Amino acid sequence: MIAWITAVAQAVLVAAVAPLLIGFMRAVRARLEGRAGGRLVQPWRDLRKLLRKEPIIPADAGMIFTAAPLVLMATSVLVAAAAPYLSTGGPLSGVADLIVVVGLLLLGTVALALAGLDTGTAFGGMGASREMTIAALVEPTLLLAVFALSTRVGSTDLGAIVAAGAADPAAVFTPASALAAAALAIATLAEAGRLPVDNPATHLELTMVHEAMVLEYAGRDLALVEWASAMRLTILLGLLANLFIPWGVASSPHPAALAVGAAVFVVKLAVLGGLLAAGEVFVAKLRLFRVPELLAGSFVLGLLAVVASAVLA
Amino acid sequence: MGLIGKIRDAGRVAEPAPPQPEQGLPAAGLGGSVQVRHVDAGSCNGCEIEVGQAFGPTYDAERHGVRLVASPRHADVLTVTGPVTVNMAGPLRATYEAMPRPGLVVAVGDCARDCGVFAGGYGVLGPVSDVVPVDVQVPGCPPEPAAIVAALRGVSGR
Amino acid sequence: MNEVAAALAVAFALAGVGAAAGWAVPARGRSTVAGAATAGVGAAGAAAGLAAVSGTGWQGHLPDLLPLAGVTLSVDALAGWFLLLVGGVAVVVGVYTVGYAGRGGHGPASRTALAVLPVFVAAMLLVPAAGSVSTFLLGWELMAVTSLLLVLAEHRHSPAARTAGLWYAAMTQAGFVAVLVGLAWLAAAAGGESFAAIRAAGPELSPVVSGGVFLLCLAGFASKAGAVPLHPWLPRAHAEAPSHVSALMSAAMVKLGVYGIVRVGFDLLGGGQRWWWLLLGAFGVVSALYGILQAAVATDLKRLLAFSTSENVGLILLGLAAAGLWTDAGEHAAAGVALAAALLHAANHAGFKTLLFCGAGSVLRATGTRDLDELGGLSRRMPATTLLFTVGALGAAALPPGNGFVSEWLLLQALLHRAPEAGMVVTVAAPVAVAVVALTAGVGVATYVKALGTGFLARPRSSAAEQAVESPRGMLAGMGLAALACAGLAVAPAVAAPALDRIAGGLRTGIAPLGGSGVDVRLSGIASTISPLWIGVGVVGLAVGFAGAARAVGRARRRAAAWDCGDGPLTARMEYTATSFAEPLQRVFDNVLAPEQDVDVTHPSESAYLVRSVQYRRRLPDRIEARLYQPMVTAVDRVGRAARGLATGSVHRYLAYMLAALIAVLVAGVIR
Repeated sequence: MIAWITAVAQAVLVAAVAPLLIGFMRAVRARLEGRAGGRLVQPWRDLRKLLRKEPIIPADAGMIFTAAPLVLMATSVLVAAAAPYLSTGGPLSGVADLIVVVGLLLLGTVALALAGLDTGTAFGGMGASREMTIAALVEPTLLLAVFALSTRVGSTDLGAIVAAGAADPAAVFTPASALAAAALAIATLAEAGRLPVDNPATHLELTMVHEAMVLEYAGRDLALVEWASAMRLTILLGLLANLFIPWGVASSPHPAALAVGAAVFVVKLAVLGGLLAAGEVFVAKLRLFRVPELLAGSFVLGLLAVVASAVLA
Repeated sequence: MGLIGKIRDAGRVAEPAPPQPEQGLPAAGLGGSVQVRHVDAGSCNGCEIEVGQAFGPTYDAERHGVRLVASPRHADVLTVTGPVTVNMAGPLRATYEAMPRPGLVVAVGDCARDCGVFAGGYGVLGPVSDVVPVDVQVPGCPPEPAAIVAALRGVSGR
Repeated sequence: MNEVAAALAVAFALAGVGAAAGWAVPARGRSTVAGAATAGVGAAGAAAGLAAVSGTGWQGHLPDLLPLAGVTLSVDALAGWFLLLVGGVAVVVGVYTVGYAGRGGHGPASRTALAVLPVFVAAMLLVPAAGSVSTFLLGWELMAVTSLLLVLAEHRHSPAARTAGLWYAAMTQAGFVAVLVGLAWLAAAAGGESFAAIRAAGPELSPVVSGGVFLLCLAGFASKAGAVPLHPWLPRAHAEAPSHVSALMSAAMVKLGVYGIVRVGFDLLGGGQRWWWLLLGAFGVVSALYGILQAAVATDLKRLLAFSTSENVGLILLGLAAAGLWTDAGEHAAAGVALAAALLHAANHAGFKTLLFCGAGSVLRATGTRDLDELGGLSRRMPATTLLFTVGALGAAALPPGNGFVSEWLLLQALLHRAPEAGMVVTVAAPVAVAVVALTAGVGVATYVKALGTGFLARPRSSAAEQAVESPRGMLAGMGLAALACAGLAVAPAVAAPALDRIAGGLRTGIAPLGGSGVDVRLSGIASTISPLWIGVGVVGLAVGFAGAARAVGRARRRAAAWDCGDGPLTARMEYTATSFAEPLQRVFDNVLAPEQDVDVTHPSESAYLVRSVQYRRRLPDRIEARLYQPMVTAVDRVGRAARGLATGSVHRYLAYMLAALIAVLVAGVIR
């Protein structure tokens, strides 16, 4: 029972923090650009307003267009509930598996890509095509990083990996782990649609990837898409944080431990988000056909991580 | 201001913000969040430069919860500049129709209000209010960025 | 009487009756009779399989049925698994055929095509049920011939079907020869042709014999399974055959190649050497990658599905290879998981590919085209078909909560297993295999997004697609059955765990059984768990919950024309087509796919800076076929022409040949 409450608490925490993370990253960026920037809660205000507005469906779109934001949101919430953010002993160990998490996030991507095609606009199709190309190329890197991480504990269970890392810090600070972290970081950027793979703030349709797919959404549909996208970023950064800095995650369902876990989680997110936002100020978006080169680089890092974990183990 | 404050504000370009307006347009129900889609209906681009400034670092409309967006589907407010030319009347109407309800229109600049110096031109259809319902007008040729920001703040209430 | 025997007897009897009835009944009721008979044969076969995987084995010898060797049947759990698979596919296809073949009298509804259908299914049941080399080869050849007749069903209208038939006939017979030589060699070396005798003698065979037999059988079975580079028949035959036949071939027949490899490699030869499995793994890796890349850029829906079959077979072979390698390394738990992954993926693939080929058939029937560039807009014209195709595509893309996901998860678990004792080659090969599976999965997702998104969604891009109407109820019912099977396999794969345990236990490789229970699938020896049920319930439940909540707080949805940037209405020509969707992937994998593109720009006479029209042409020939097979075909052609010189028509010359041959035989006999 306590495990289930923890899972719900995790989902609620991620859902609540995700827009704040976006607000924080915008603030960091604004500050580095010499602007004043918006408030931390601004994304929440945006969501509140969008939920009240009228949703619109394009004339030729069908079920998939309306279902996609729901699927996107459902996968994000499911991952947020299952993965070890506050506690390593989640009730859904059969969902808190690295491969399952990768698969669920991909399902959300697919739903949105299909929705982009369903609109029948050129931009929607363009965004879908690009997003799926990038997603296809990120996949090998993700799973190689999974390989490198899982060999440490002989399991792809996220809770087990995080718990083992927290118990044995020496296993975390290894060359293999560092290489896997680098590979996973690049893959995270691509999955979350951040610079240099995709520019979340772009207004130019021809450079869009994620944005192009959601151009047709309005009102509460858009709110769900934006919220879920923020949650995906939180989920990915949180995973990155807990896999490579596994301390602070509660190993027992004690309320105090969970509270500490929540606080540590928020701090980790803020640090990673701040670093990401600061980094984004200094880089430009890559040309679309340069992205495969970046991903090939991350793939090589992943392969090196696996080889290092096999040879140096 | 202490030393830490000075360090914090080093490199900061943004001017101090004027005080918050008493309340926004109550009908809009935006609650401090405005997404703006901009349409140039035939402007000389003087107003565009000022709109651009309003979102630049100095006036920084983003700190008031105002953002430019890429699609009218995402927008709450349409900012329109220039007299509406014959060729742009249709697209302007279509853009307004494409916005989710409730959607507001802000006419920016004298031309958008009454066609300004272009009144009576052969390609000019009329002011913005002839084509779509206008909720807020910003006078000036071109209006100052501060006035544009103030108008948008007046809509959102922040 | 034994249940397996009874069910098989019913199946074969029904096949005979169905064939006769399909031949005799007038055109109006022919498809109904043949479809019902096919479904009946399938149901009986599935019943036999179900009994066998639940532990009821059967062995029988019918000495009088055929001269010399008689017919030997032997059904164990492994055979039962494939009986169940073939039978299940046949039930779906039988129901589907009633609506699909229609009441015409041509093509798929012709007398031959319908009468042969139940016989084809019976032949596919005979292959796993065979208990001796001769019976196995009989079933194998019967399956090849009947399927060839079915591929040629539309030969009158389509020259492409004739070419496909030629390729299929040549390759399947070449494969048959390889299997024939291999198994005959094996029987000769083992001193008996029944599987029991071979099994007993298997471990004593010299490595040369067992290696040679394995290579020959691998060549034959892999070509039947459509593994790259032995695949060129597959995209042709699957694309040109009537869709219910494509479904049978892709979902069931191709799996019997997999069955052959398991039967010969693991059972008859009893494991074998490491290089076998490395070779098989290489086959798997190449098939998976090449297959999915070709599928990703294909615009013909059935060609896409066919190449995706190659890809899935590659994944299955990879699983088998992992099972062999882990067995060789003494990692029995991981080997069990790998074998379970391969077998479960075979079943999953059978489920979703039946559904997808039937869906493609419905689209073809409704629009007359398989070209994704010409489709679109079907989701509002054929909603039920679209929904069913989506279920299949979810499985084929290996996304949770689809059914393909669980078996890919198992495969990855087996490959992620690390065993330092297995040697350096395996240590390096395993991560490469993981990367290949991952890339395959990623490109596979893009492929099915393309198939569904450009084929069914948005607006129709041709008048044929615009006038599409929903399929008749019989076809939807068939597809619905397949969708139910997919859903069952997706949420409760654990029900298959006892059967998989029994199969693993029956093979003499000492593979430890795999565990499974309730909602979870647990692996013995690997500490990972997956709860397919929770994933499905979680995604669907949360999505429904959010739908309700969103509706409660928000306003009503408005339908409006898609945003056209204010510049006039969008037309269907502006949509992304399948070609444009795959263009980035095609560019990324330019070196592998080697597309032939040319762009012709014509200028008006006034200025070279203006453009009158632009023509873009793209062809994506199968590169392996062009490089590997075309030279071979040319060489055979040249030899054939040269051989003509031998046959001049002179009787004297022929008599001289006969004399020379006689002398050669005598000399050979004397020397020996």
